[in-house]
Amino acid sequence: MQHHLILRVVARLLLPPIFLYALYVQWHGDYGPGGGFQAGVIFAVGFILYALINGVDALTRVVPPRALILLLAAGLLLYAGTGIATLLLGQDFLDYSALSHDAVHGQEWGILIVELGVGITVAAAMTAIFLAFAGRSASVEDKDW
Amino acid sequence: MMIAVDLILFAFLILTAIAIARLRNLFAVAMLSGLFSLLAAGLFVALDAVDVAFTEAAVGGGVSTIFMLGALALMPREEKRPVHGALLPLVLCLVTGAALVYGTIDMPAFGSPDAPVQRHVGPEYLARALPETGVPNVVTAVLASYRGYDTLGETTVIFVAAISVLMILGISLGSGRQKGGE
Repeated sequence: MQHHLILRVVARLLLPPIFLYALYVQWHGDYGPGGGFQAGVIFAVGFILYALINGVDALTRVVPPRALILLLAAGLLLYAGTGIATLLLGQDFLDYSALSHDAVHGQEWGILIVELGVGITVAAAMTAIFLAFAGRSASVEDKDW
Repeated sequence: MMIAVDLILFAFLILTAIAIARLRNLFAVAMLSGLFSLLAAGLFVALDAVDVAFTEAAVGGGVSTIFMLGALALMPREEKRPVHGALLPLVLCLVTGAALVYGTIDMPAFGSPDAPVQRHVGPEYLARALPETGVPNVVTAVLASYRGYDTLGETTVIFVAAISVLMILGISLGSGRQKGGE
């Protein structure tokens, strides 16, 4: 990719809007289409684009694989932990009304938290799967395609 | 107008599917399957299912195409010629397709207010979601709150999928590129 000047410049311009859009989809999922799954995928796409342009090594310097694996588990634990928290607060598993003094408010908080958990797990999963593939293959020359 | 959009999208969908079935170059097949997902996402938008369309475009059109290309980099680029003929699979596809089309004859018209799906729990969710959860997007309210168990399971599926890929293909925990198998 080193000599593809146009691709590198365009990708560098695209990266900030991609991450911003992922955050928008994550936090705006309550009001419009989107949510944790889509936001996680878009976030991962940003990382993958970075790796396609700068190489896999550059990506592993930004997000170490060890951190990815921790995040992979952290998102799921955040989701399941919300369920445990509502249990401890005296409600059913994943009944978010217990999370706040007001039941509706608790639901809003609960939905935001579990969507964040979904987003973290999906983003880490997609990036990790990409790293597993890309880390194995020898670099592909342009003429091979 | 809507009919024309649907027809064009369906025509391109069918053409893409035929091209995928006929091509032997796997790189072209991977790119076309991404196009197929994008066209399917367009159809979902036409059906007013924007959340599904969003997922299809992001996952089917984006990430899974990249994963297929990543897998392709470890494989030969040309599909092998099948040893058997195409007649049996073709007949099987046509019979299954005919059965599915036959099944849709009894279905209520699209968007019909008398459809069972609109008369059962659907109105209940639409009426209760905003006052109970405070979330205007009913899809999100159902997904994360009313069906929170299901979504926890789905997230677990993604977690397990990623762990499985990492266990099979391996990922180097240190920095630096991992060459070949271990």
